[in-house]
Amino acid sequence: MTNVAVHLEAQQHTLQAHVHDALASGTTQTKGQQHPIKLYLVVWGWLFVLSTCSYLVDYFGLHGHLRWSLILLFMVLKAGLIVAVFMHMAWERLALAYAILLPPVLVLVFVAIMVFEADYTHLLRVLFFAPTA
Amino acid sequence: MAETALINNVEPPARPAGWRGIAADWSSDQRAFKNVSWGKAMMWIFLLSDTFIFSCFLLSYMTTRMTTTVAWPNPSEVFALTIGDKKIPLILIAIMTFILISSSGTMAMAVNFGYRRDRVKTAALMLATAAFGATFVGMQAFEWTKLIREGVRPWGNPWGAEQFGSSFFMITGFHGTHVTIGVIFLIAIARKVWRGDFDVERRGFFTSRKGHYEIVEITGLYWHFVDLVWVFIFALFYLW
Repeated sequence: MTNVAVHLEAQQHTLQAHVHDALASGTTQTKGQQHPIKLYLVVWGWLFVLSTCSYLVDYFGLHGHLRWSLILLFMVLKAGLIVAVFMHMAWERLALAYAILLPPVLVLVFVAIMVFEADYTHLLRVLFFAPTA
Repeated sequence: MAETALINNVEPPARPAGWRGIAADWSSDQRAFKNVSWGKAMMWIFLLSDTFIFSCFLLSYMTTRMTTTVAWPNPSEVFALTIGDKKIPLILIAIMTFILISSSGTMAMAVNFGYRRDRVKTAALMLATAAFGATFVGMQAFEWTKLIREGVRPWGNPWGAEQFGSSFFMITGFHGTHVTIGVIFLIAIARKVWRGDFDVERRGFFTSRKGHYEIVEITGLYWHFVDLVWVFIFALFYLW
């Protein structure tokens, strides 16, 4: 009984997906990655704007949390534009996009671990290796 | 049938949207990446592994910078250049950033003209990309020379924490190596495009396989990755 239900459901999904794919293939590429040159030029322009912004953060000598959050914001936006448009990840199948994009996210866990570890090491150095004047 | 695994334009099978589609692709007992050729998939997987390498470099830099009890040299001043009478902070690094971004732009357009089989424009844009890359490496050599003259060594420098030098040489050196390899890769592929290897389906020297214009996109993936890494180095090492 349940098997039949699952089977039917799966068929329904396949049908829906088929319609979806047919629609999608009309708009995206059928042969290689073909996108209008204008799109690349627009992204190029934005990368210039974002790089200028991040340079201005340093030029005007912003400090503290404002500086760090702006640097990270511009960095993430630039990286996103490059991966999504220049490297065509936006048009790739999800099976590839998730396989490539999810693992680097795990690096953030490593970052968190090392932040704790570094704080601890710093504390030990301050406590026990401070120069005795 | 054998050809379907080599090129990128196979119509992928219909799949449900979202996670169900991913599970269907991965569990289909054939190829997980349905409409992606082995060459492109392997380049992506290589880039993923390279991501981890650069992540480890940046992480070790973060850890040394957080743990040192000595003040970190101020990159804004270390990388300043005096042009005319004015001292401009980080200006060389900013110019290098714009050059690398421009090279990514010309590369993206080269991929586009490659798929349109316009071999002259493709080769010209790839060579322009290579020229931008070579300029970048040249400016990096200038920067290294300047810093070494000023006394920066992997074990010390005049301005503060000793680890500054080792982090700097390791991270930018590894990135510069990637750019150099990319320039060589670009010139090699541009030569093949120029000669029309992919129009006459000339067989490769090592592999004896017929080439396709897709190799331009694969070269592009590597090149954009080099630019991508620079985005992170620029933000985390030079601006932080």
